[in-house]
Amino acid sequence: MKLDVILRVVVKLMLPFMLLFALYVQFHGELGPGGGFQAGVIAAGMVILYALIFGIRQAKRLVPQRLVEAMVPLGVLIYLGTGIVAMLLGGNYLDYSTLAHDSRHGQEYGIMAVELGVLITVSSSMLAIFYAFVERGR
Amino acid sequence: MEALINAVLLTLLAVVTLAIIRQRNLFGVIALAGIYSFLMASILIVLDAVDVAMTEASVGAGVSTVFMLGALHLTRSVEQRPHHSALLPLLVAAGVAAALVWGTIGLPPFGTADAVIHRHVAPVYLADSVKDTMVPNVVTSTLASYRGYDTLGETTVVFTAAMGVMLLLRGRRRTSGNAAAGKKSKGEQP
Amino acid sequence: MQTIETIATHYNYIVTIFLMVAGLYIVIARGNMIKKLIGLSLFQTSVYLLYISPGKILGGTAPIIDPAFKVYSNPLPHVLILTAIVVGIATTALGLALVVRIHEAYGTIEEDEIFETEGEE
Repeated sequence: MKLDVILRVVVKLMLPFMLLFALYVQFHGELGPGGGFQAGVIAAGMVILYALIFGIRQAKRLVPQRLVEAMVPLGVLIYLGTGIVAMLLGGNYLDYSTLAHDSRHGQEYGIMAVELGVLITVSSSMLAIFYAFVERGR
Repeated sequence: MEALINAVLLTLLAVVTLAIIRQRNLFGVIALAGIYSFLMASILIVLDAVDVAMTEASVGAGVSTVFMLGALHLTRSVEQRPHHSALLPLLVAAGVAAALVWGTIGLPPFGTADAVIHRHVAPVYLADSVKDTMVPNVVTSTLASYRGYDTLGETTVVFTAAMGVMLLLRGRRRTSGNAAAGKKSKGEQP
Repeated sequence: MQTIETIATHYNYIVTIFLMVAGLYIVIARGNMIKKLIGLSLFQTSVYLLYISPGKILGGTAPIIDPAFKVYSNPLPHVLILTAIVVGIATTALGLALVVRIHEAYGTIEEDEIFETEGEE
């Protein structure tokens, strides 16, 4: 299909900006609108767009199925792990004040770790669901 | 001015909903659902819910459309004309609407600053967020720190949904004949 | 006059109730399963409006603390609805996976046709 060329070139130019935007939304979630969920969905959307234009096989070479399957529980484990680390350091479960020398910095580190866990789980879950729908049809 | 933009966007939302009810071509319905999500995100921005608007735009108009189109591709149907009369559902809907109108008539007018909802916990979060957590976005600090347990449950729900869909849809497609005979295809090996 | 003023100040809730009832109507009156799931999602989004509308303060701004602003809209409904949106997409994805399996088992996703097939057995 001749018009394929336009789609491929434009999408290839857009993909790095989408990933950059997802990371921007994740790390600036504390200063403006954003956070783990929005960033995870945008990152998954990037790989979904790549799969729609270049084919599912290319997308699976970029993000293999095993990696997605490993990332889905990893985010939840990071979240739970932050709570357990806080408990081991002497506070209650998910009490971030104990994570650093100072209560305020501890809260910030805890929020960053938790948002990272949310990002990993949400992006890989959306991607896993997409892969499942596509694989059923082949 | 805010109230006027609000009213116009809400009216557009109602019109799109009527179109979704009437439309029978499922591809058109899914496209209208994407428009609906986009209008909802705009209304949420007018209502100052910027985090929620970003989530609704990316989730509702983004991945939700992709999943529905994927399911439509795998099932490939057009909605049939309904066989039963629509009178009983309309009566039930009208009854529910009347009860809800009676319930919400006592709510305070839109946009008042001294409503009951703005007392108790919310002013505490707004005042203490930067002092306790050094995070200016009160929604993020509430989500991750003050109400951290709820977010843990939410992440677990997303994880469970991915598990469920993978369990349901992994493996090669089986036609209705094979499903009764219980044949397994190569793709089902663990 | 009183009624028109009440309608003007409660317009958000009136449209919310219309969306809720439209979603309910689609779920109970239509037979196609994908249409039912879309109706359910419509119902859920009307609940988001129901929660966030009372939190808005006219003249306020988004709840991101900044020295230039004094009045902020209520952040608590935003937190609850963020969770609700994500749970909604999870439910929709699982529902769609079930619809795909039903189609593979029965060959159709119309409720009436499935009842007829089941009734013949």
